[in-house]
Amino acid sequence: MTLLAVDNLTLAFGGLNVLSQVSFTVEPGQIFAIIGPNGAGKTSILNCIGGFYRAQQGRIFFDDQDITNISPDRRAAMGLARTFQNIALFRGMTVLDNIKLGRHAHLKTGLLSSLLYWGAAQREEMELRREVEESIIDFLEIEHIRNQPVASLAYGLQKRVELARALAMRPKVLLMDEPVAGMNAEETEDMARFILDIKEERDVTIVMIEHDMNMIMDISDQVVVVNFGQKIAEGNPRQVQSHPEVVKAYLGEKRER
Amino acid sequence: MRIGDFKETYAADEAVFRTGTVRLWLGLLGLALAVFPFVAGEYLIYMANITGVAVVGAVGLNVLTGFTGQISLGHAAFMGVGAYTSAILTTRLGLPFLLTLPLSGVVAALCGLIVGAPSMRMKGLYLCIATLAAQVILDFTFVHWESMTHGIRGINLPPPSIFGLSLAGGQAFYFVIVTLAALAVTACRNIFRTRVGRAFIAIRDRDISAELMGINLFRYKLYAFGVSSFLAGMAGCLLANLLKVVTPEHFPLQLSIQYLAMIIVGGLGSILGSIFGAIFMTVVPEILRSSLGLLQGLDPQIMRYLFPLQTVIFGLLIVVFLVFEPHGLAEMWRRLKAYFRLWPFEY
Ligand SMILES: Nc1ncnc2c1ncn2[C@@H]1O[C@H](COP(=O)(O)OP(=O)(O)O)[C@@H](O)[C@H]1O
Ligand SMILES: [Mg+2]
Repeated sequence: MTLLAVDNLTLAFGGLNVLSQVSFTVEPGQIFAIIGPNGAGKTSILNCIGGFYRAQQGRIFFDDQDITNISPDRRAAMGLARTFQNIALFRGMTVLDNIKLGRHAHLKTGLLSSLLYWGAAQREEMELRREVEESIIDFLEIEHIRNQPVASLAYGLQKRVELARALAMRPKVLLMDEPVAGMNAEETEDMARFILDIKEERDVTIVMIEHDMNMIMDISDQVVVVNFGQKIAEGNPRQVQSHPEVVKAYLGEKRER
Repeated sequence: MRIGDFKETYAADEAVFRTGTVRLWLGLLGLALAVFPFVAGEYLIYMANITGVAVVGAVGLNVLTGFTGQISLGHAAFMGVGAYTSAILTTRLGLPFLLTLPLSGVVAALCGLIVGAPSMRMKGLYLCIATLAAQVILDFTFVHWESMTHGIRGINLPPPSIFGLSLAGGQAFYFVIVTLAALAVTACRNIFRTRVGRAFIAIRDRDISAELMGINLFRYKLYAFGVSSFLAGMAGCLLANLLKVVTPEHFPLQLSIQYLAMIIVGGLGSILGSIFGAIFMTVVPEILRSSLGLLQGLDPQIMRYLFPLQTVIFGLLIVVFLVFEPHGLAEMWRRLKAYFRLWPFEY
C-alpha cells in the first residue's frame, strides 16, 4: 500500500520550469530522501505536497485520496506535517505555544468557549499540555527551554522546536526540508537519532530533503535524485550512490569543489 | 519575596494568576475599584467612566491589530455603530439597557465581519485602506441617514436602568462600566489560553506557515474582526449611555487613530497593555490640560498658546516614549515586576 504518491508533477513560475513530470511513491514506514543540487526543485516538491504551491500538471495522492486540489490547512489536518529549510517558527511565541500550535487541527475549542475558558475548553488545554510535555518535550529533550521565546534560541534548538511542532500535528507523513543543514556534528547526530526514533516508535513516515550524504546513507530507505526539476534516479542509498547520472550531476559536482 | 515558587502541576503553570501574591494584589485592586466611586468626586468618576469605555474599546482593537496583525482604521466607526444601535433601539423600541448592550455588540460585529471579509485577499496596508473606507462610509451614514440617525443633531438617550434600578448618575453607571471592562479583559485573556488565540498570533507572525499548521486563515481573521468589533460596539453603547447623546462627531477617524495609539503605547499584543494604553491616552491629556490651566491665572491670554501646545506636548510624549520603550507600557511593567521579584537581590 502506498501512503503518498506524486504523479507527473509539473510546475513553472513564469517561463521558468521548476519541476518537469516528477513522479515517485512513498511507502508507509519509510524514510524517503530527496537529494539533488541547490535549485534542483526539492523544496518546490515539498511545497506542492503541502499545498503551498499549485502544480500546473500532475496529481498528488495521500492516504488513498487525491489531494491535488485540497487547501493546505485541510492537508495538515489529514496528517501532513512540515518543517522548513528556513526555520518558520512563530517568533512572538514561547516554545510551548509553538508546539501546542501544531495540534491546532486536532483541537475543538471554538471561539465562544475560548472566551469563557470553562469546562471542555479548559480540559482540552490541560490534556494538551500534559500530552505535549510527556510525548514531545521529554522525547526531544527540550524541557529546559519550554517557556523561552523561540527567537532567543540557538539555531540547532530552533530546528528541534520546529520538529516538535510538526510532531504535535500527529502526522502520518512528516516532510522535512534539510533538517540538519547548518548543524554541527553533535547536533546532526542527535537529529538523526530523533528521526529514526520517530519512524520506529511513532509510525510516522518521513520524506526528507538532505545534503548530508552520510546521514542519507545511514538512515534512509529510499532515495530520489532530482536535477533541473527532473527525477534522474531512484533506489536504495547504495544503488543511488553508484548511479552514473548521480555521480555526474550531484556527487561529482560536490567532489570537484 | 516571590522567589522559587515551583510549579508542581501543569494546571498551576497554566493558570493566569500564578501565585497567592498576585491574587492578593488583584483583590486589593478590586477593592480599590469598588471603593473609588464613594470617595471620588463627580469629575473623577466621569474620568474613570471614560477610561473604562476606552479599556473595552482598546482591548477589542488589540485582539485584531496587536494579536492578529490586522491593522484597522475603522474602530471608531464600529463604536459608532454600537452607539447608534443602542440609541435607536432605546428610543424607538424602548428596549432595556441590558438588551441593547449585547445587541449593540452584535450589530457592530456584523459590520466588522463585512469589513473583515476582504482580509481573505488583502493584507497589511491594503486591508488597512479597506478599514479606512469602512470608517468613511459609516461616518457618512451616521450623518446622512437622517431618518434613522437624525443627522448631525444626533439622538438623545434617556438615562439607562437595569431591572428598574436607575443608572442615571455617573456613580451607578461606573459599576456597569467597570464590570463590563473586567469581563471584556477576562474574556480576551481567555482567548489566548486556547487554540483560538494561538491561531491569531500565528497569523500575525507568519500567515503562510499558520496555514500549513492547519489554521483556516480566513475563518480566524473573521473571528478577530468579530471579537474586535463586538467589543467596539459595546464600548459605543456604554459611551452613548454615559453621555446620553449620540452624534456623528463622537466617532471620527481621529478616534480610530487614537485607539491605535492606545494599543501601541500600551503594548501591541498585550491585554494588560491595552488597559495601560487606555488609561494613558485618557488621563494624560487631562492632566496636561489641568496643569497648563493653572498657568492661566498668570495671564488670561496665555491659553491661546497653551491650548495647541497641549496637543504638541502630548504628541511629543508619545514619540519620546516609543523611542525609549517601543514595546509599550506593558513591557515597562514587566521589567518593573522582574526587578521587584528579585529585589533586593539584583545581581
Ligand atoms: N515561488 C517561486 N517563484 C519563482 N521561482 C521559484 C519559486 N520557488 C522556487 N523557485 C525556483 O525554482 C527553482 C527550484 O527551487 P527550490 O525548489 O527551492 O530548489 P532546492 O530546494 O532544490 O534548492 C529555483 O530556481 C528557484 O529559483
Ligand atoms: Mg531547498
